[in-house]
Amino acid sequence: MNTLPLITTLTAVPLIGAFAILGVNSQNKKLPRNAALIFSFIALALTLIVWHRFNSSTGDLQFEELHTWIPALGVQYHVGIDGLGLLMLLLAAIVVPMSIAASWQIQENASLYFSLILFLQTGLIGTFTALNFFHWFIFWELSLIPAFFLIRLWGGPQRASAATQFFVYTMVGSIALLLAFLAIFQCTGVFDFISLTDLARNGQLIPSLAGKLGWHTLGPQQITMIIFCCASLGFVVKVPLIPFHTWLPSAYAEAPTGTTILLTGAMSKMGVYGFLRILFPIFFVEMRSARTLLLWLAVATIVLSAYAALAQKDLKRIFAYSSINHLGYCMLGMISVAGFHGESAAFSADKAAALNGVMLQMFNHGLTAATLFWFVALLEKRTGGLRGLNDFGGLRKVAPVFCGLMGIALFSSLGLPGLNGFIGEFLIFRGAFPLATWATALALLGLLATAIVILTILQRVFSGPLNERWQNFPDLTIGERLALLPPIALMFVLGIYPQLVLGVINSTALKIVQQMRY
Amino acid sequence: MTWIVRHLWLIPSMPVLAAGLTALLRQRSRKLAAGLAIGSMVLSLSLSLVAFAQMLELSGRGIETKQVFNFPWFQVGSEWLRLGWVLDPLAAVMLIMVAFVGLLIFIYSVGYMAHDENFTRFFCFLSLFAGAMLGVAIANSLLLLFICWEIVGLTSYLLIGFWYHKPSAAAAGKKAFITTRIGDLAFLLGMVWLYSETGTLLFYDGGAGCIEHSALIALVAQTTSIGLAVSTGIGLLIFCGAVGKSGQVPLHVWLPDAMEGPTPVSALIHAATMVAAGVFLVARMFPLMSARSGIALPLTPTTTLTVVTWVGAITAVFAASIAIAQDDIKRILAYSTVSQLGYMMMGLGVGGVAVGMFHLITHAFFKALLFMGAGSVIHGCHEEHNVRRMGGLRKLMPITFATYAVGMLALCGFPFFFSGFWSKDAILHAASTWSVSKTPFYLGSIGVLLTAFYMTRQVYYVFFGKSRKGEAVVDTHHSADVGAATPRESPAVMTIPLVILATSSILLGLIGTPAWPWFDSFINSEPAKFAFRGFTEDGILPIMLSSTIIVFLGLALGWWFYGRGQIGDAESQDAVERLQPQIFNVLRNAYFVDRFYEATVIRFNTWCSRVCVWMDQWIWGGAVKLTTYLVLGLSIFDRSLDTYVVNRSFDQGCKSVTRGGQILSRLQSGRTQSYLRIVGIAFAALVLFLIWGRRG
Repeated sequence: MNTLPLITTLTAVPLIGAFAILGVNSQNKKLPRNAALIFSFIALALTLIVWHRFNSSTGDLQFEELHTWIPALGVQYHVGIDGLGLLMLLLAAIVVPMSIAASWQIQENASLYFSLILFLQTGLIGTFTALNFFHWFIFWELSLIPAFFLIRLWGGPQRASAATQFFVYTMVGSIALLLAFLAIFQCTGVFDFISLTDLARNGQLIPSLAGKLGWHTLGPQQITMIIFCCASLGFVVKVPLIPFHTWLPSAYAEAPTGTTILLTGAMSKMGVYGFLRILFPIFFVEMRSARTLLLWLAVATIVLSAYAALAQKDLKRIFAYSSINHLGYCMLGMISVAGFHGESAAFSADKAAALNGVMLQMFNHGLTAATLFWFVALLEKRTGGLRGLNDFGGLRKVAPVFCGLMGIALFSSLGLPGLNGFIGEFLIFRGAFPLATWATALALLGLLATAIVILTILQRVFSGPLNERWQNFPDLTIGERLALLPPIALMFVLGIYPQLVLGVINSTALKIVQQMRY
Repeated sequence: MTWIVRHLWLIPSMPVLAAGLTALLRQRSRKLAAGLAIGSMVLSLSLSLVAFAQMLELSGRGIETKQVFNFPWFQVGSEWLRLGWVLDPLAAVMLIMVAFVGLLIFIYSVGYMAHDENFTRFFCFLSLFAGAMLGVAIANSLLLLFICWEIVGLTSYLLIGFWYHKPSAAAAGKKAFITTRIGDLAFLLGMVWLYSETGTLLFYDGGAGCIEHSALIALVAQTTSIGLAVSTGIGLLIFCGAVGKSGQVPLHVWLPDAMEGPTPVSALIHAATMVAAGVFLVARMFPLMSARSGIALPLTPTTTLTVVTWVGAITAVFAASIAIAQDDIKRILAYSTVSQLGYMMMGLGVGGVAVGMFHLITHAFFKALLFMGAGSVIHGCHEEHNVRRMGGLRKLMPITFATYAVGMLALCGFPFFFSGFWSKDAILHAASTWSVSKTPFYLGSIGVLLTAFYMTRQVYYVFFGKSRKGEAVVDTHHSADVGAATPRESPAVMTIPLVILATSSILLGLIGTPAWPWFDSFINSEPAKFAFRGFTEDGILPIMLSSTIIVFLGLALGWWFYGRGQIGDAESQDAVERLQPQIFNVLRNAYFVDRFYEATVIRFNTWCSRVCVWMDQWIWGGAVKLTTYLVLGLSIFDRSLDTYVVNRSFDQGCKSVTRGGQILSRLQSGRTQSYLRIVGIAFAALVLFLIWGRRG
């Protein structure tokens, strides 16, 4: 290809922006945010170009760039996307401007703040496009470090412990992941995901791991299993799956709300993405062995987090738990697919449905959760940081537009048909039901608890007699309405015409199903 | 395929479009909002009439009437998920009913809501509701039906909580949504199950639909791990959705609370249309629910239909008995609705689609009439809801009284002149011939007695006697501007719909008599025949006679208790309460079901959420803390090892080296004399040594 290397350009744009903004005088409050917004829009425009040029009829990698980097270590610069990668790029490109808009109020050290956000975006884009473990891991970590500083420096009162917990937790996962891949590299000499997939497909991976790493009485299966466990720890923490989720509520609650949008909108998808891109193709045998355990962990995640959300009093913590809950559905759908069913056409249809549902749900949750946190940011801006469930009441009277639009986002989170949340959940349930019947049936409890959570918010915050304190609560300004219009409109569009997203990911889902046949 | 079938989607789109436009209007544009809503309903009604006319023409010629239009929605895997709409007699009847009753209630609302500040929003929600409800009627895909079904639930939630500043309204909306959601989740599960078994959710698809012959044969043939046929499992799960929506026991608790909404909402959503959607769903899925394997005896009903029948029969009596002891005019009607929905379910279970649907249609008219009459009464009495503080309205509100009386007699099933008689009789007749048990028939008959009784009680309280308004304590809300104003008749915009509905409630009976069972034939796509013989067949006359006697008995009992003497004021005991205070108390509290749920389900739910938080804090969080402390402990141990073992020995070693160095350094003091002294001593020693050695 002699055209412009789009993916690399896309990765570079926020990076250039980040360095440029870093150079801005810290006294200047307005330039950094405007510049960051412009850079994020350039990235969005580039992503839309990629989407436009993307051939959605195939599940193969596109826009591939392959350059030798460090030949001695088998390190190549290898990037490319399939439907899943494109979807995640789109999500990141949509969520970052939302995050910047929701951080409009940041005054203190604005240039550093906005440049960290753009660094984070580079990390995200890199993670979603890299195909070689070496630079994939660099980007993976690059997204973590800005997030740590964003929480640590601009967070709420408990930010120190929240940031440390977030960092250490994720770091432990990352190190386990790194060790696993170093072990694989030591045995195979390969860092490239695609080559590793081929090795795994040919059945060479397990023998070569066992050959080099034979240790005491451990058989080849056990050794591979240990490596799989290490590798999955990194993703499981990121998703997160109960019991590895305790960092999330405090990190989400303490982070500045603009950062929470990034955390929940885009970063929380890195875990599920890692499962689909790395663990599924390379460790499909081990996924099968661990399937039952992971399945029930996913169900536990769905139900327990929904119920935990029910008892929270802080809107951000409620949405944080609800975020865990929504990603639990992704895990449920994904893990139910991991079972072996050979060539059976019926089960292949179920798996395709579940995987489509999982990817759609990733996108939908990113969009909806980011919008919800944006509303929380707007609420905090008006109340000086108050966001308790019981601090309000009757806001519909003074702020009908605010409540109406946030109500739409809330119902989207609830999974109301006609809005974006429904189709993803429907497809997950449709696919997972025949594959994992009882787990799926039990997961319905999570849907019920989520409904109670959402309706409680509507009841306590919007309805009832107006809290005298908010007599002068301002409704959304024209600018805010215009800014919120695109995500809200997207919720309707995806609810009514999901083919827009499904058309992109379906071939990829089919390809993963093909891979699972072995 | 005719034009109307291809463009059937226009019928629900009109109100939805109106809702969308109204949502963008300012609060002031009241006339425009009402105009849009009513205009869209007029269009929908005309299109529905066109569709209905087509069905009439086809069924008159005895041709297969089912016409479908399917289209692809999105692609999953290698296949496209398709949606579609269907025009068949069932859909046509439902369309006409929803559009007609809806239009009348829209017009009525203009008067009823005239003074509400959120007038435009009201019409926005109402139009959205009408669109979704029409969508339920024409859906040819269980998924499309579910989507519309959920949007209907949403609008119901929004409209129950329309006066959101009232905490009770907000709570009632939430309760309605969550209670129905319990059923809906089972419905969702049944739907995905059906989808994964048959690979399609289209009802009719030229023989490949999920409720067509080939799919049903496959569903009946399979058995689940717990011994049920797959068709039964799916049928029961889908029925759960109907139980939630149609307020059947045990999920009926939301419907009485839903009366917190404005009265037109209660009339349209919680009496005539939405709550009937559950019945419609069972009717639509009837081929699945009644699917049996070839070996079963043809007369035994399927498990699913047996469950439907029992749930309906129990609900019919259960709710009717509660209605006896209620004082709120709308709550009486709400329990009555629950009870009548039970009859419809029972009718579906014992008699099939036509029997259940006929009662659905007649009930929609007379119950909408009753609710709108009640609304007129409430409007005239300045927001008074308690029937015991009314009285004497017969003379003050003559039109309301006359129409209300028609509705009341239709609901009771007063013989011959009222539609309720014919539709109820069809159900009772079918129940009397049911092969499983006669109990539903007896339950249904008791229900008829109770219905006649509580309606008589209500009418006497509201319209007869003297006004008891003055004796009442000042009521809670709207008291300031009301004063002692006398009740007055409602404006024409409200009474004209009442008159139209009252006329319909009488005339509708004509299409379902045993002599000319037009409705039954229409639903089954057969040409209707007129024959007086219909009355003499299969014990129809004895059933009619017995139900007539029961109705009169109920009316007479009502008169005995409430019509005979003077009615006491609101604070005195009810006539039944004087007779049986304990039973009356149980009935007044609706068998304490709400409190039972509060003590069990809700408490359990709260407990679960506490446990989850506790686990988060102590088990998962505790494990993390434990790990943290372990790591910390390890580092402290490490540090002490460093400080006290490694460092100390290192220090000791260093010290010894230093000391050694100090000692050695003394040797190199730099003084020449000492060096010479040592050289001298060494020289002497060497000389001595050499001499010593030479000698040896």
